Amino acid sequence: MYEILRKEDIAPRVCKYVVRAPAVARARKAGQFVIIRPKNDSERIPLTIADGDEETITLVVQEVGKTTAIMADLKEGDSLSDVCGPLGKPTHIEKVGTVVIIGGGIGIAPAHPIAQAMKVIGNRVLTILGARSQDLLIMEEEMRRASDEVIIMTDDGSYGKKGFVTHALQDLINAGNEIRQVVAIGPAIMMKMVCKVTLPLHIPTLVSLNTIMIDGTGMCGGCRVTVDGKTQFVCVDGPEFDGHQVDFDLMMRRQAMYLEQERLSYDSYVQKHRCKLTPEAEAL
Amino acid sequence: MSNWREVKTKDRLKIPAQKMKEQAPEARVRNMQEVPLGFTPEQAIQEAQRCLQCNNAKCIEGCPVGIEIPRFLAAVADGDFAKAVAVVKETNLLPAICGRVCPQEEQCQVVCTVTKALKSIENSVGIGKLERFVADYERIHGQAVLPPIPPPTGKRIGVVGSGPAGLTVAGDLIKLGHAVTVFEALHRPGGVLVYGIPEFRLPKEIVYKEVEYLHRLGVEFRYNFVVGKTLTIEQLFADGYNAIFVGTGAGLPKFMNIPGENLCSVYSANEYLTRSNLMRAFDFPLSDTPLKASKKVAVVGGGNVAMDSARTAMRLGAEAVYIVYRRSEKEMPARLEEIHHAKEEGVIFHLLQNPTKIVGDDKGWVAGMEVQRMELGEADSSGRRRPIPMKGSEYFLDVDTVIIAIGNDPNPLIPQTTSKIRTTKWGNIVVDPQTQRTSMKGVFAGGDIVLGAATVILAMGEGRRAVKAITKYLQDDDWTGTPEPIV
Ligand SMILES: Cc1cc2nc3c(=O)[nH]c(=O)nc-3n(C[C@H](O)[C@H](O)[C@H](O)COP(=O)(O)OP(=O)(O)OC[C@H]3O[C@@H](n4cnc5c(N)ncnc54)[C@H](O)[C@@H]3O)c2cc1C
Ligand SMILES: Cc1cc2nc3c(=O)[nH]c(=O)nc-3n(C[C@H](O)[C@H](O)[C@H](O)COP(=O)(O)OP(=O)(O)OC[C@H]3O[C@@H](n4cnc5c(N)ncnc54)[C@H](O)[C@@H]3O)c2cc1C
Ligand code: SF4
Ligand code: SF4
Ligand code: FES
Repeated sequence: MYEILRKEDIAPRVCKYVVRAPAVARARKAGQFVIIRPKNDSERIPLTIADGDEETITLVVQEVGKTTAIMADLKEGDSLSDVCGPLGKPTHIEKVGTVVIIGGGIGIAPAHPIAQAMKVIGNRVLTILGARSQDLLIMEEEMRRASDEVIIMTDDGSYGKKGFVTHALQDLINAGNEIRQVVAIGPAIMMKMVCKVTLPLHIPTLVSLNTIMIDGTGMCGGCRVTVDGKTQFVCVDGPEFDGHQVDFDLMMRRQAMYLEQERLSYDSYVQKHRCKLTPEAEAL
Repeated sequence: MSNWREVKTKDRLKIPAQKMKEQAPEARVRNMQEVPLGFTPEQAIQEAQRCLQCNNAKCIEGCPVGIEIPRFLAAVADGDFAKAVAVVKETNLLPAICGRVCPQEEQCQVVCTVTKALKSIENSVGIGKLERFVADYERIHGQAVLPPIPPPTGKRIGVVGSGPAGLTVAGDLIKLGHAVTVFEALHRPGGVLVYGIPEFRLPKEIVYKEVEYLHRLGVEFRYNFVVGKTLTIEQLFADGYNAIFVGTGAGLPKFMNIPGENLCSVYSANEYLTRSNLMRAFDFPLSDTPLKASKKVAVVGGGNVAMDSARTAMRLGAEAVYIVYRRSEKEMPARLEEIHHAKEEGVIFHLLQNPTKIVGDDKGWVAGMEVQRMELGEADSSGRRRPIPMKGSEYFLDVDTVIIAIGNDPNPLIPQTTSKIRTTKWGNIVVDPQTQRTSMKGVFAGGDIVLGAATVILAMGEGRRAVKAITKYLQDDDWTGTPEPIV
């Protein structure tokens, strides 16, 4: 059992969990993830390790369905049934000069350790954070500490500049920054758009893919995507890939495979366990 | 009954082979419960009396772990089931499992004298069925007795993987007084026995009972522990382990590399079966892991894995399930019993056919599969006749789901993270066949990671061999003479 030592709401339906998992904590590197099961009969879901120390790992999780809802209903002192990892290949961290880190929505959490590592090794780290609105923006403070400069974009203009992260990236390029590397983590559509900007300019662009997973060890092939025309398993060959080679359209379809069934699961969970509707659940 | 020993051979051969009761096909395709229901004690005794108690018992040689079958069957014939199970357990730690999934018809039973005398594999002595019977009898009628454990030797052994190979090694080593830790990547023990082989063929409760027994003997299990990721083999040695056994199996699914293979409703058999078995998708929405509700399913392949996938798809409510296999039924690697059961349940066989592409609809779901007919040519190196595509014979198979069950490669995680362990070009760990020693000192390996996708009993046999060598190594620290691995 893996105890939740601290839990904090950091945005509507987004929680930060500090979990005791010493073996994982000691082995983890930037870019890696864990597979967790909140309860003994739960589904297995992948979550990026957003931070950590000798004994603990930090997870930042958005409630999107039943399993993340079960997590949200756990309290400090409760335990996760399973935490397996660290999985996936670590990010290749190299000193290249100027690096742009783009985090969209919940993708800011996994972008954080990469920004940290990129900075520690001596890169100039320019960070672009995107969110739908101000209240949904997470980890701004942590990201400022890990970056030389932070640009904030919101869809509705409620904070930072109004617009998408691609606009900010275009501005950085237009301003003459010698960008050697882009790392983009967020919704698939955001990563796809970022790659559209960087492809003609030949700026290497790393993306972190969040496909559906089960085992996370290369056993099922459920997480597979097409990269450069070849099949790759995100859990063992990734999660990071050269964004210019990823077939995002195919990946987005595979991500949506179980939407109907997931909705069913979620609705019945909310009905059963949150009969007195919380404001968050009511907002659904 | 007491004087069965006096019955003449010729009369024994007249005792009819006992049929095991099974759930009727119409009923069982709607549930996940086991298909064969087991012998009654009377049936078991009758069946065991069919054994001729040969002096030169070929059956023993046919069994990869060399169970003393005549002695075991004599005990059953005497009605002494406790003794029977004890005889089996001298060499086979997991009889309830082997009795159910061993390819007996190719091992102990094919060489049995009765099989030869009656010239019929269907009428061999039901060694596997009796093994299942005595193991079930013990499980149902009281707890297995714990053997005496010698004082601790002070040695620690790490076992990577909790499939049949790993469980065998753990069980044997703990009985010798060593401290044993099993590291398992998943949240449950059992390997393929739990995530691959379906409930209706091997109830998971049986596997968990065996694991519980090992736990009572003192074996430590660490789940969610991926060796190579959580800690490497080298780090385990640094942590104080004296020897490591690698039994990580052949868990890397093969794909065909044909167009459309990454469409939404294309599954590897591993994924399909894992969702259904380990994650209990058949219970959705009571369980949390879904599977697509399929109407027409094509399963590509002809082995046990393909049969298991097809029969699972039937139980999950598909209207039509097709096996698409590129050779003829004679070449199918699946056990006869599995082919027979699949047919009874309504699975339709498309033989001598091979998919060439999978076609999708505008949302990325499978809309059908293009299939080409094949004919058989010359025998290849495996002795099976090679299928040759017939030009222009392509046709369209109307399906909405495709399950690829064409085999698994060895799991690459350990070799990738431990450069000292040599592998073949197919990724199998190379071992000395007498001792299961790898090219890295203190590391032994066995089961599917060495053999490629093989069988439960062969995995156990390798584990058993490794235990002998590990015991010797812990005494003399000798690692000389390990043949230079052929790469
Ligand atoms: C490598 C990786 C790292 C991730 N890191 C984070 C993170 O740090 N924080 C975070 O909030 N989310 C992260 N995710 C996504 C997270 O795994 C899903 O949000 C979660 O599985 C949803 O489960 P659910 O039961 O609550 O929702 P569901 O109702 O199951 O699904 C809702 C949505 O989540 C996606 N999803 C469903 N099951 C899975 C699955 N097994 N794996 C991946 N996606 C799935 C579906 O596409 C669906 O659109 C990561 C995903 C991957 C692959
Ligand atoms: C669907 C299916 C049906 C089958 N039917 C039959 C049958 O009827 N009869 C028969 O005899 N055989 C059958 N087989 C084959 C048989 O199951 C295998 O030969 C046998 O299970 C191999 O045992 P193993 O111990 O080598 O490995 P496995 O059973 O594969 O177990 C390996 C274990 O190691 C774990 N692991 C892997 N890597 C790591 C790591 N790095 N760290 C920690 N743990 C790790 C895995 O999670 C797994 O639990 C079938 C196989 C399948 C897939
Ligand atoms: S273990 Fe398998 S091969 Fe050996 S006697 Fe039992 S069924 Fe036959
Ligand atoms: S070969 Fe057949 S008949 Fe002879 S001892 Fe073995 S099981 Fe009995
Ligand atoms: S999650 Fe199963 S292979 Fe990647």
